Amino acid sequence: MASGVEAPSFSLRADRVGELALPASWPFALTREWAWGGSTGEGVRVCVIDSGVESGHPDVGEIGSSVTVTADEEGYANVVDDAAGDVFGHGTACAGIVRSLAPGCEIDSVRVLGPANRGSGSLLLAGLEWAVARGHEVINMSLSTAKPELLDAMRRLTDGAYFRRATIVASAHNLAVESYPWRFSSVVSVGSHEESDPMRFYYNPDPPVEFYGRGLDVEVAWKGGGRLRSSGNSLATAHLAGICALIRAKHPELAPFELKSVLRLTSSNATIEAG
Amino acid sequence: MSEDRLRAAVAASALAGEGARADLLQSIVDVARAIFDAKAASITLYDEESDELVFEAASGEGSGLLVGSRFPSTEGVAGWVLRSRESLVIDELDKDPRFARQVAERTGYMPEGLMAAPLLRGEQGIGVLSVLDRPAERSFSVAELDLLALFARQAALAVQVVQRARGAGSALEGEGDTAVVARLAQALERLEGPKRDAGMRLLGALEELLEP
Repeated sequence: MASGVEAPSFSLRADRVGELALPASWPFALTREWAWGGSTGEGVRVCVIDSGVESGHPDVGEIGSSVTVTADEEGYANVVDDAAGDVFGHGTACAGIVRSLAPGCEIDSVRVLGPANRGSGSLLLAGLEWAVARGHEVINMSLSTAKPELLDAMRRLTDGAYFRRATIVASAHNLAVESYPWRFSSVVSVGSHEESDPMRFYYNPDPPVEFYGRGLDVEVAWKGGGRLRSSGNSLATAHLAGICALIRAKHPELAPFELKSVLRLTSSNATIEAG
Repeated sequence: MSEDRLRAAVAASALAGEGARADLLQSIVDVARAIFDAKAASITLYDEESDELVFEAASGEGSGLLVGSRFPSTEGVAGWVLRSRESLVIDELDKDPRFARQVAERTGYMPEGLMAAPLLRGEQGIGVLSVLDRPAERSFSVAELDLLALFARQAALAVQVVQRARGAGSALEGEGDTAVVARLAQALERLEGPKRDAGMRLLGALEELLEP
């Protein structure tokens, strides 16, 4: 690693963890045991909007439903049943992480892949709209759009999800271009930390990235029934999505803002003192 | 030729040739390889017409056979990075059967791991910067992911400069009245000393004459 280069705070270096210490006693010491002790995620439906999910993968198990978004000749998006599985492996990796943390949850897949430079943003919107309408409590998103003309629609959709009590957990993109929805306050945005404990996550008081999850050197499920080691913010996102599923299963009454507060109060930097 | 293309063509006349543009991309992959102490690095660009990724520059192992070869943009880690616009690191690439068999075997070099970042022009993914096989004994850090993204931004800007220059270059070679002006600018750029001064005086007079 070259020295002297100060990267922006899209990720959390191990040597900077101490700088993020938060008071653990506000408003009272909420424990992880209270938040998700005994929970398996059962009863919660997690939607993975990605490259598809390989149903039956040993690390994923059977998934609930699998759809894809296609664009018709006039450019309108249609959500249809999908038997393609995972075309890259990435969605399976995310689903495997969610399953490892919340073995009892249901996982649904929305495959959102179009030609690289055409319509991917509108397909993403349609996929997200479908996931919200189907009542998913947790929505895992690695993808984003930077198209200015889709900004309002994306904001309306994420606000709609927020009021319908769907928690969108979205990967922060550490790139120069501004993309959405991870920058919206209605979602849980996630970057990577460097530690290996899957239940370790940090609240970042310096947004837009609000939480850091495990995203470095993770053994993940991949297409073809296999596994490989990978790193990236989307893996950190899946860890937070799994933890959200645990919390929602134990506390189904929590709205997204309450769930985010529980994450803040049980974050590793808030519980460093409390243990 | 539109005014924009004319401007581009005139600008191109002052730019270095194709060789220098290739050198620019080559230097980027060379530096990427050096920064991450990797065995190889490459830039692939997205060809919208064929929906493929094309190797544009490569450095290190396997690079000789790589430039110019293409693969479908729906495949591999690079394909994912292009679409997701997310940097990604894969450490055990041989466990991803599609990647290892199709693209890598053609180059005669089988990478074990790679890190890749998208090259963006605004919203659009225009290509992917890949860095292959960092030293296995060194643990990977999130700072490297961030650094890769920063570096990819610079690479994306260089790619855009090269693409614009190529577009302008093709305008320069075209037919039509304005291409003549562009070629004139190019010829003037090559002149030195009194000849150049004379040329400039002549063009100055022409400019005065043509003013409405």
